[in-house]
Amino acid sequence: MKRKMITLDGNQAAAYVAHHTNEVIAIYPITPSSPMGEWADQWSVQGKTNIWGTIPLVQEMQAEGGAAGAVHGALQTGALTTTFTASQGLLLMIPNMYKIAGELTSTVFHIAARSVAAQALSIFGDHSDVMATRSTGFAMLFANSVQEVMDFALISQAATLAARVPFLHVFDGFRTSHEINKVEELTLDDMRAMLDDELIHAHRARGLSPDRPFIRGTAQNPDVFFQARERVNPYYIATPGIVQETMDRFASLTGRQYHLFDYVGAPDAERVIMLMGSGAETAEETVNYLVERGEKIGLIKVRLYRPFSAEHFLQVLPATVKVIATLDRTKEPGAAGEPLYQDVVTTVAESVTNGTAHFNGFPRVIGGRYGLSSKEFTPAMVKGIFDEMAKETPKNHFTVGIVDDVTHTSIEYDTSFVIEPKDVVRAMFWGLGSDGTVGANKNSIKIIGEETDNYAQGYFVYDSKKSGARTISHLRFGPRPIQSTYLIQNANFVAVHQFGFLEKYDVLANIEEGGILLLNTPYATDEVWDHLPRPVQETILAKKLRVFVIDAYSVAKETGMGIRINTIMQTCFFAISGVLPKDEAITKIKEAIKKTYSKRGDVVVQKNYAAVDAALGHLHELSIPSEITSTHELPPVVPPEAPEFVQNVTAAIIAGKGDALPVSALPADGTYPSGTTRWEKRNIALEVPVWDPEICIQCGKCVLVCPHAVIRSKVVDESDLADAPTGFLYTDARWKELAGKKYTLQVAVEDCTGCTLCVEICPAKDKSEVGRKAINMEPQLPLREEGRKHWDFFLQLPELSRHDSLKFSNVKNIQLLEPLFEFSGACAGCGETPYIKLMTQLFGDRTVVANATGCSSIYGGNLPTTPWAFNKDGRGPAWSNSLFEDNAEFGMGMRLTLDKQTEYARELVHRLRSVIGDELADKLLNTDQSNEAGIDAQRGHVAELKSKLAGMDDPTAKDLLSLADVLVKRSVWIVGGDGWAYDIGYGGLDHVLASGRNLNVLVLDTEVYSNTGGQASKATPLAAAAKFAMSGKGMPAKDLGMMAMSYGYVYVAQVAMGASDAQTVKAFLEAESYDGPSLIIAYSHCIAHGIDMAKGLEHQKLATETGFWPLYRFDPRRRAAGKNPFQLDSRAPKRPFADFAVKEARFRMVSQTNPTHAEELLEEAQKAVNDRWQRYATLAALKEW
Amino acid sequence: MDLTTRYLGLELKHPLVPSASPLSNTLDGIRRMEDDNAAAIVMYSLFEEQITHESMELDHYLAMGTDSFGEALSYFPNFEHFHIGPDQYLELVRAAKAAVDIPLIASLNGVSTGGWIQYARMIEEAGADALELNIYYLPADPAMTGAAVEEMYLNIVRDVKASISIPLAVKLSPYFSAMANMAFRLSVAGADALVLFNRFYQPDFDLENLEVIPNLQLSTPVELRLPLRWIAMLYGRVEVDFALTSGVHGHLDVLKSLMAGANVTMMASELLRHGTQRIPAILADLQNWMEEHEYESVQQMIGSMSQKNVAEPTAFERANYMKVLDSWRPDPTQVG
Repeated sequence: MKRKMITLDGNQAAAYVAHHTNEVIAIYPITPSSPMGEWADQWSVQGKTNIWGTIPLVQEMQAEGGAAGAVHGALQTGALTTTFTASQGLLLMIPNMYKIAGELTSTVFHIAARSVAAQALSIFGDHSDVMATRSTGFAMLFANSVQEVMDFALISQAATLAARVPFLHVFDGFRTSHEINKVEELTLDDMRAMLDDELIHAHRARGLSPDRPFIRGTAQNPDVFFQARERVNPYYIATPGIVQETMDRFASLTGRQYHLFDYVGAPDAERVIMLMGSGAETAEETVNYLVERGEKIGLIKVRLYRPFSAEHFLQVLPATVKVIATLDRTKEPGAAGEPLYQDVVTTVAESVTNGTAHFNGFPRVIGGRYGLSSKEFTPAMVKGIFDEMAKETPKNHFTVGIVDDVTHTSIEYDTSFVIEPKDVVRAMFWGLGSDGTVGANKNSIKIIGEETDNYAQGYFVYDSKKSGARTISHLRFGPRPIQSTYLIQNANFVAVHQFGFLEKYDVLANIEEGGILLLNTPYATDEVWDHLPRPVQETILAKKLRVFVIDAYSVAKETGMGIRINTIMQTCFFAISGVLPKDEAITKIKEAIKKTYSKRGDVVVQKNYAAVDAALGHLHELSIPSEITSTHELPPVVPPEAPEFVQNVTAAIIAGKGDALPVSALPADGTYPSGTTRWEKRNIALEVPVWDPEICIQCGKCVLVCPHAVIRSKVVDESDLADAPTGFLYTDARWKELAGKKYTLQVAVEDCTGCTLCVEICPAKDKSEVGRKAINMEPQLPLREEGRKHWDFFLQLPELSRHDSLKFSNVKNIQLLEPLFEFSGACAGCGETPYIKLMTQLFGDRTVVANATGCSSIYGGNLPTTPWAFNKDGRGPAWSNSLFEDNAEFGMGMRLTLDKQTEYARELVHRLRSVIGDELADKLLNTDQSNEAGIDAQRGHVAELKSKLAGMDDPTAKDLLSLADVLVKRSVWIVGGDGWAYDIGYGGLDHVLASGRNLNVLVLDTEVYSNTGGQASKATPLAAAAKFAMSGKGMPAKDLGMMAMSYGYVYVAQVAMGASDAQTVKAFLEAESYDGPSLIIAYSHCIAHGIDMAKGLEHQKLATETGFWPLYRFDPRRRAAGKNPFQLDSRAPKRPFADFAVKEARFRMVSQTNPTHAEELLEEAQKAVNDRWQRYATLAALKEW
Repeated sequence: MDLTTRYLGLELKHPLVPSASPLSNTLDGIRRMEDDNAAAIVMYSLFEEQITHESMELDHYLAMGTDSFGEALSYFPNFEHFHIGPDQYLELVRAAKAAVDIPLIASLNGVSTGGWIQYARMIEEAGADALELNIYYLPADPAMTGAAVEEMYLNIVRDVKASISIPLAVKLSPYFSAMANMAFRLSVAGADALVLFNRFYQPDFDLENLEVIPNLQLSTPVELRLPLRWIAMLYGRVEVDFALTSGVHGHLDVLKSLMAGANVTMMASELLRHGTQRIPAILADLQNWMEEHEYESVQQMIGSMSQKNVAEPTAFERANYMKVLDSWRPDPTQVG
């Protein structure tokens, strides 16, 4: 019987089997494994059952440590249990993994293997996470492809029940977890046939039960622990045989035969490489190619890596082998070699020593590292390794795929060695996230993979920015299963969905001669050629490309598609590429549209149909002139005045050429310069705000709310404006303290994302045309050149003194403070970044920041550029990210350092009083630093101290010199999202708040895990839909503020800038000034709420007006004055919660899927709002607390 | 005392019918109206525009931010099905039909020709006893002529009439140059009843924030006059049933409406303001009045004061305008 072929990605394949073969699933989201949990939850919510006809119970936990604990508990009570994770998540499971394995418990953890954060975090794939668990006792089975993920998910599940050894089922994060491929679907009968009921009953019977009580998990002493630990050996000895037997059974069912080690290549190979994971697919493709051409080489694909079966390994190693190269996708600094290398060296050495070796002589074993953090691994690299192995003294402990010019580990390879088969369609699509390119490509893969005999593969490269994000889709279609687990190297079709990309990226770098270029262009067909940059024209002519053009945005506009050109470009792809006959393709596209969009309503289907129908009429082939006509060169990636590091390193990364950077170019310890976003001019906004000084009331609200710090104002002397460029606007400053000065407000048009929050918040309207405000959106392109000059001029204008000009305690004045967080990659209209920016305006020049992993650490710390900036004095926030779970503790460590160093520095001042003089010593020790003037004065004292100490030889003086700066008051800010504060980091946060130390916690509360795609946290409100709360969250959000207030000595504020910017400012100032722990919970509207982000602040206002988000401050200092520390800053709700809920898709989706349940939830949510308000009102009315 | 009346071919126990309003948003609301003795119910309107908007909005938010950033390829769960489109409305029609015994008149506000027809058919299939077309169109385009607007109305009525077999009422605004002619042509096009008049919600200005704000104002009794006059003038001249809506707040309004020629009177504001228990109260007042004034049936008073049946037919026409103005002449004794 022909089995069903489907297209899906690795995560879905693993989840498919896991959901069908388990009873309990405990998970926690982490990239790139999150989709596995999401699939499982979705299926359970939809009532899909496992193979025994019952719906698996899916439980989201507060952390991976929690998930592992829940898994352990579920296993100990006899449930078939699984989990999905990666990277740091897996590391958090390690303690439980030892227990689970030590107790011989059958389970499979499905791992989308990912880098472990070291010098930096990386979401991408390698084996450093799973290799860190080698000693836990878990077996490790590696799947190399999407098909193998589905197969090995089942094989590992069957094997663990028989072996009683728990398994990690490992596949490569992103490369396999996110690659879409055509695979044969396992049937439920396959699963039933593979899983032995008796073994399942035995597993259940081993569970804890008061009906047959025993204890497990004892504490043991020196007398028996060792022996007991050795007691498991027989199980590990038996496991490889069990796995092979399971693989054989699987083969008899499906025809796909796997072995613990699969050998590919010449039977008489002299050079053999070994690896596991997706790279083995590329290696296999390359080995087959080279063997066909007479090379005596081979490949061993390691399937079962733990327990490592020397016997099975040696069986597949050809006797003719002379050199073995082991390839590890991980790094163990300081080790004698990476894990696989050490295992192979040991095994080979043992076999030679024992005399059991069947090969001639002692083969040389070399080890190498490749592919860290999803670094490409190509046939050229594979060939390079074989070439290296052929040398007389091949390099050992080598690296491949990078240029290591520091310790010279890298081997060379010929990048021109490309083996992409000609009969495979290789198509690359350059698009924007917002234009829907990836979604349409996923549909194309489904169409071709499931509706034709062709095999299909799709892999998608995403941006590190959340706004204006670029995507590159790599699609292959061909007659054979596609093993090329690397990006397309030779494309015969390139689609560029954004004309602007031609200037920014080398989009034609990989197109082959005679290839096709499909270009979305705003220009008429006969004008397109002249608008192409010169290098693009050159490539088109040199490579004899055919070029097709379409003005897809016009078609999208005409057909109601807005900015989503995906369907139009997809239709063009099918029309040009000839993968399917045109008419058939259009029918299939429409079928796919119906399947994808019909649940959103017929009108959505119809507009997509209209786009398909309109597309071909607007598609034209360009008649290519014989000569280059353009003189338009590509602009420099960064301006020439950018610092050296930015020129040499950052610019390469921005241009997409980071792969070519040598090791020496990169800092050894993960330290990068601040303030580099200013050099990356992204020009992503179609429209930007333009200031009208005639209407402006200089309130500063637009400056305050701008998420990207692109709107700024200054007050300067008129003389400062003498050289102002033409068109530079300014007007009289409206401050009585600054009478006679000029006010200017400028926009960084090249950095703006066009979110329009500024326009929405602007309260000043033209009296004759009320639709016109003091700030209005206008097209960016005509303003770009002039805007750049204005911005540059603005930046060099003097800043207002922080200590003797104004009191910076209100929004109007704070607008004049320089932000030290600018141009981040956050979403357009982000609700979080205005708070961070405000913090940097107020305290940034003396702040250290501990940032929890999440959105804020990504837009704050993802290369290539960093938004954390510095002022003209070189001062600015010093920022670091440790982990997701430990951020409060991380920040507290910073505070401890500062406290200790300050204490010591003060002691040294005392000790050196005679040297530095009483007067200065007293100033250093006693200056009141509670305001900007005091801080400025103290900076002066420290400068004086340093100049006195500078030339001194005394060790104490030198010590004080190295610490002197800490005598200026510093502010510690612990920043993170609700996922951190409410869930994974709550234990630490609680402890840190309880410590009484002077630190400030800023929770950017989006009420959901935003960075990983909208999973519910304990901040998710009742009645809102989120992943893992698909039917609407049934419990109210945790009241974090109230919990913190219960200590009595923690400053707590709940703020929402859109509801009251004045209260927000007050809270930040009070929190920072409080000499103790402070917690600010800041409502942050978010893309995951399903709102128009331009109206984010309105949503905040409504949240407060309906009582959903009351504003309050709890200041323990008020007690001393006999006052109630708790002040409720917002008014009693006058509108029902539903008025707010109806405006956000997160709530609306619940009623759109289950109206009755939604009504019940809304009722409960209203009750929760009422109860909370009542509680707060009662507290606020107390005379004493 | 015979309070029965016929409207759209339906036998109604009396002439009080709640018009389209949020009162019929839920099955409970519909049941409550039956419990309070409504003669029939006009359900809230199914708005094609709203369905379209809801779909587009859902599409927008499900697509927003997706497939852009490697860690968050989507922001919402992958729901299998959404109750958008007419489903919810149609389900309510079905459920209401099963739950109540009084006639159920569905209401439809379409946009496209296809939409009017498609949804009208669906409503018929769902079991509605009749359909009211709530044609709410604001001809703001300066290039659009009155004739074109009228033709559009007529086309809708013709198209819908041709697609369904249940009775069809048309709810109109008063803003036609030739109301009588329009009423006549609508009857020819297939309208079985005219519902006079639709109330446009007029936006207001917020002077503090210089914003145009939506402002829902409930009707007042004074609004009765306009439909009263038009029904009185059309009764007997255009062969359709009439429903009077706008400004019906008490039994006297009902009486006037019937005497003008309305087969039924429709209320929303009064019921929204004071609850559906106003229906039995008004009915009781109506009965008392009829008893006091020795009327035997509603039928006998329908159209009794229509233009064709009053002693002074011109009282309804323009000449009367001058009289009205005269009646507001300032008191001469206070002049100066």
